[in-house]
Parts: sequence; C-alpha cells; structure tokens
Amino acid sequence: MKKRTLRIYYVSFILLTLSLLFFMFIKTFNDNLLFYRSPSQITNSEFPDNYVFRVGGVVLDGSLTKSKDTMNVKFSITDYEQSLDITYTGILPDLFREGQGVVIRGKLGNDGIFYAEEVLAKHDETYMPPEVLDSLKNNKEVLNKTTKSMKIYK
Amino acid sequence: MIAYIGFFLILLAFLNALILISSKPLLSRFTPDYDSVILSSSKLLFPLILASFISLIISFLIDDFSLKYVSSNSNSLLPYYYKISATWAGHEGSMLLWCLVLSFWTFMASIYSKDLDIDFRLKFLSIMGLLNIGFLAFLIFTSNPFEKNLSIPIDGRDLNPLLQDFGLIVHPPMLYMGYVGLSVVFSFAVTCLLKHDFKPEWAKWIRPWALMSWSFLTLGIALGSWWAYYELGWGGWWFWDPVENASFMPWLITTALIHSLITCEQKSMFKNWTILLSIIAFSLSLLGTFLVRSGILTSVHSFANDPARGAFILLFLAIITGSALILYLKNSSKMNDKTSFNFFSKESFFLINNILLVTATFTILLGTMYPLVLDILGLEKISVGVPYYNSVFLPLMIPLVFLAGYIPILFLSNKVKSQGQSKYFIISFIIIVLVSLISHTLFEVYNLSIFIGFFLFAWITLNLIYDFITKLISTGSIRFFFKNIGMFMAHLGLALFIIGATVVENNKIEKEVIMNLNEKLDVGGYSFEFVDINENIGPNYSSVVGHFKVYTNNKFITDMYPEKRLYNSSEMPMTEAGIDPGFKRDLYITLGTMIDQDKWSVRIYHKPLIRFIWIGALMMAFGAILSVLIKRRTIKVVR
Repeated sequence: MKKRTLRIYYVSFILLTLSLLFFMFIKTFNDNLLFYRSPSQITNSEFPDNYVFRVGGVVLDGSLTKSKDTMNVKFSITDYEQSLDITYTGILPDLFREGQGVVIRGKLGNDGIFYAEEVLAKHDETYMPPEVLDSLKNNKEVLNKTTKSMKIYK
Repeated sequence: MIAYIGFFLILLAFLNALILISSKPLLSRFTPDYDSVILSSSKLLFPLILASFISLIISFLIDDFSLKYVSSNSNSLLPYYYKISATWAGHEGSMLLWCLVLSFWTFMASIYSKDLDIDFRLKFLSIMGLLNIGFLAFLIFTSNPFEKNLSIPIDGRDLNPLLQDFGLIVHPPMLYMGYVGLSVVFSFAVTCLLKHDFKPEWAKWIRPWALMSWSFLTLGIALGSWWAYYELGWGGWWFWDPVENASFMPWLITTALIHSLITCEQKSMFKNWTILLSIIAFSLSLLGTFLVRSGILTSVHSFANDPARGAFILLFLAIITGSALILYLKNSSKMNDKTSFNFFSKESFFLINNILLVTATFTILLGTMYPLVLDILGLEKISVGVPYYNSVFLPLMIPLVFLAGYIPILFLSNKVKSQGQSKYFIISFIIIVLVSLISHTLFEVYNLSIFIGFFLFAWITLNLIYDFITKLISTGSIRFFFKNIGMFMAHLGLALFIIGATVVENNKIEKEVIMNLNEKLDVGGYSFEFVDINENIGPNYSSVVGHFKVYTNNKFITDMYPEKRLYNSSEMPMTEAGIDPGFKRDLYITLGTMIDQDKWSVRIYHKPLIRFIWIGALMMAFGAILSVLIKRRTIKVVR
C-alpha cells in the first residue's frame, strides 16, 4: 500500500513537472510570435502600447530623409492604399532603396509613426519579400506597375 | 552543342535508373543473372551524371548564354572560378549537383556493400535507385539546367554578388553530401523493414555512413555560418533563420541516430527507434530541400520561384516519407527488439540523449513550420522571434551536453563498479564547479550563462582528457588510442564550440557610430583610427575602401580595409567587412553609408573567441571522419 502511494506521488510529480514545462514552452512560444501588418491593415487599437510587430511595404519614392549628423533616417512605406511613416536609427541594409520592398520590425508610436528596431531588405535587388508581395496583391494594377519595373523572371 | 550532350546524359542516367529498379521484377523471370544488371547499373549512374555536370561547367566557362541558366547566373566578366561555382549557384544547377551527389552515394553504396547478403544488397540498391529516379525526374521535368533561351542575350545577368565568394564554392557541395548521404541510411532502414530484421552487424555496417553524412552536414552548416558572418556584414554567426533551421534539424536527428546506432550494434536494442530516426532524418533533409527550393521562405537560397517545383518536392516528400512510415507501422512490430534495460546504464543515457535531441528538433520544427502553415491557411502572417529559440533550445541542450561529458566515461569504463563511478562523478563535479568559479577572473562581463558555458566546457574537456589518459596508461595499447581518438576529438570539438558560442554571445562589443576622417574610437581595449577612404576598381565592380589603423596600448597592430562595392551588371551594392581574425578575438569593421563629406557611419565589433565556434565544428566533423577511416582499417565487417 505504501509503495503504491509513493508511486502515485512519483507519477503525479512527473506529470506536474511536465505540464509545467509544457505550459512554459507554450507561453514562450506565444510571447515570441511576431505579427505582420501592411500599412492599410494597421489600426491604433489592435495591439497594446509598445507591442513589437512587423510591417512591410514598398519604400515610397522621394520619402527618404537622412539626418546630417546622426544615424537617424525617416522614410515612408506603402502598399499603395495607405502609407506609414517610419523612423529608424542605425545603418540601413545595403539593398535598402526607394522602390524596394522591405520588412520592418518595431513599435507603433502614439504619434502614428512606426519606430523601427530592425530593417530587412534581403539579398537580391529583384527580390520582393513574399509578405510584401502578398499585401500588394489586393491592388493588381499597382502590382503590375511595380513588378514591371523590377526584373521578375521565371 | 555541349549542352545537348549534357541533357542527353541526364536522360541516359534516368533510363539507367529505370533499368536499375525494374530489372528485378522484369528480368528475374527470364534469367537468374539480373543481380549483375542491378549492380552495374547502380555504379553507372555516377559517371553519367558527372559527365553531364562537367558539360554544364564547360557551358559556364565558354559563356554559353544560349542557356537560360547560364545567362541568368553568369556574366562574361565573372572570374573563371566563380563561373565554375556558379554551376551550383542557382536552382537548376544545384539540383543537378544534388543528383550528382545522390548518384555518388549510390555508387559508394554499391561498391562497399559486398559484405551484405546478396538479397539485402539488391533491395537496398533498388531503393537507392528509386530515390535517384525521383530526383532525376524532378530535374528533367521542372528544373532543366540545359534549357535554351528564346533569344540569346549579349551578356549574362551576373551571379548574385553575395554568392561571389569562396564560401559559396564549398558550402553547397558539403551540405548536399550530408543531406543526400542520409539517403543511404534511409534506404538501408527501409530495406531492414522489408527484411523484418535489423541485425547488430547491419548497425555496424550503416554507422560509418551515418557518421560521414553527419560530418558533411556539420561542415556544410559551419561553412554556411562562417559565410554569413563575413559576407552579410552583421557579424552574426547564427540567426535562427528558417533556412538555417532546415539544415539544423536533420543534423540534430542524425546526431541522435549515430548515438542510438551504438546501442543497436552493441546491445541489439532500440532497433525500431533507430530505424524511425533514419526515416525521419532523411525526411527532414527532404523537407529542408522543399522549404528552401519552393521559395516560400525569404532567403538568399530562394531564387526564382516556381510553384510547380515546390509541389513536386512536397509530393515526393509525401510519397517517400509516407510509404516508409506505413511500412514502419506494418513491420516494426515484427522486429525482435529488446525493450527492458537498467536505468543506470549506457543505454538509458543514450535514450535521454535521443529524447533531448528529438525534443529540440521538434521545437525548431514548430517554430519553422507554424508560421508557414498559418500563412498557407491564410489566417495570419507571423514569424517566430529569435528569443523563442534561445529560451527553449538552450535549456534542452544543457543536460545533453552535460551527458556528453559523462557518457564517454561510462562507455569506456565498463568494468568500473558503479560505486567507484559515483565517487568519481562527485569529485569531478566539485572540482569543475571550482574551476568554473575561478573563470570569472578571465572575463570582464560575467553572468550565469558564462558560468554554465564554462562549466560545460570544463566538464567535457577535463573528464574526457582525464579519462582518456588514464585509460591509455592502464591499457597501454596504441589500438585503444586509435579506436577512441575520433570520438574524443568530436566531443572536444563540442566543448570548444560551447565556450566559443557562450563567450562571443555574452562578451561581444558591437558599436554603430558615425566617424569623421582621422577620428579615433575605443572598442574592447582596441583603438580604431579612421585614416583614409579611397575609390577602387575591381574585376566586375567598383568600390570605396576605408582604411583603419588599429592600436592597443598605443601600439600599432594592424590595418583594416572594410569595403563597399557596387557590382557593374546588377548595380547591386555589397558590404565587404574588414576582419582581423585572431585566436582570442576577431575585430570586425563594416562601412555603413556616407553621412557627409569624410563622415561615415560604421560598425565596429569586437568578437572574443568567435573562431572557437568554427574550430569546434571542424573538430566534430574531423573526429567523425577519423573514426570512420580508422574503423574501416581495424574492423572487418562480418556477414
């Protein structure tokens, strides 16, 4: 009898530990999910303050302004429906340029400006990040226009 | 002309693979000699595809821009060595390389399988042939590298500048050798399932193949990480990028596999489990191919995307994995597997090792696949942040690495009584805790993770060395030395990797600043002076080159030249980091952008012990290779 109760304690201890670990695992997983929004999907109320997520779009022509003595840059991205102002301090990736698709991680400020922590423009000048391409798909005409200027090949 | 020959050779290879798999059902009615057809056709694949591969290389060298693949990945100004490596820089060529490597492993399997019984050998080779057919069909129908351009361009579109690099020349072949080497293990496992048995001597036969694939995978991943470090210009060595994960998952499972195979061989245990691992390992390497080649991931590996290719690989993956798993469910229960064992034994430690590795793989798989599944279902676009991997994967690795310092000891000291072992265990534990506590004098920044990292490093190294030396003295035989040197090296490599990764992640200094000409900046005990900036013309690019002088304690050490290139044909800018490599630290400078006249934004990094990461990985790989080579010489496989 005593051995049996011991075993019950033993098993329930293991089960408890495992479920605790599993719970922690799920929580970590959930906490680290980064959502993606295109400029026209952004609403002020969706995420709490200081919530980190990603936005993406095409860098608007003529929107890039650089500071003369700091590493701060300001630019806008667009999905051709809405545009969003971005501010970033740091070195931009090589392939960052106007007309290029970018994905940006950061926070939305109360002033409606997106404060970037990381700017990604990846690897190939003809390459459009899939997320950005998708958010442009709503607007076929614009999509044709932008993709024509980029040498997309089969 | 040469392109036609190349394509014709692929068709011949495809035909040859068809003969390989169909000769048994077709020829066995007429002649008992069908086995020689299987044996010779399994050897013939390799030369055929090699010749085809060479003709693609020649097409690149002679600038045959009538080929679509050549014109979109090369340029007449490209240096000849990059023309050669461009052969496998794009999708089609790298699939041809994949087929080449697969036929190479088939060739090797055919040569070295003489010791297996003939029926087993033929089945085994036929399954390899089946895999060859799948990939050759993929190559021919969806990704023909010899496809012609409708109109011949005057010049090619050049190779992506990121890929014009030594890293690219060697990284894909190494990685493919590893990925595809697992096909041998997979085919073997399936044959075992067909034969309802997995004998210890079979485990002994297959283990070198798993070890070889594992060490190629290790080399491939390490090269990829090294390439990312110096070429992407951020100075990171691992990003938990889905593409990296795709190669890391098969590596983890293969690590589990090479350990469980030991138990299969010595104790005739974990047979079903090992076979399952073999199937999963190859399936994950196919999954990796699918993820990378279908273009659903954003990375340097996704070239032009064609949905048909993704669909084909996915279908192939489903067929291969699905049928292997069904076979497993049907036949695994028929295998004679011992399941009971003592908890305080080598086997149970291997079991824990396996559980941890498989769990780690699962967490990475979840982080990689969950966003994709949500996206495909159209629910949400998400990505999984790096902190997830660090906070889930690293805690799983700590007990695993702890075991790595303990198992070899258990492994070697069969005769030592368990009581002596626990005493030894406690003493060494205490000594190593003390050593690790002293280590805080070595580091300016010191925290729990450095302590853990240093503890694990000291735990593995000291235990291994102590045990290795005492055993060497007590047995006094050179044979002992050769038998265990590979294992010893691989685990030591792991220890070096751990200390490198821990120190660089905790003690690195990264500065992003604006520097004027002639300005000085102090980073990590070094003083960097921005001396000059000049324009420069390369073979197919123009660039600006910065010149930095580095001092420590007012003593000049070295010049560093970070560079910003603009490639002519693609107008693609590229940052070439200036790196001063060293055993104890790397200094790393990249140019950002010009802010004003003589005023640049720059990144200056101080990376302590970062070389240990790759040195460790190299040691792991060479340890594995060494043990394969030595085992082949000392142990003759018996039937």
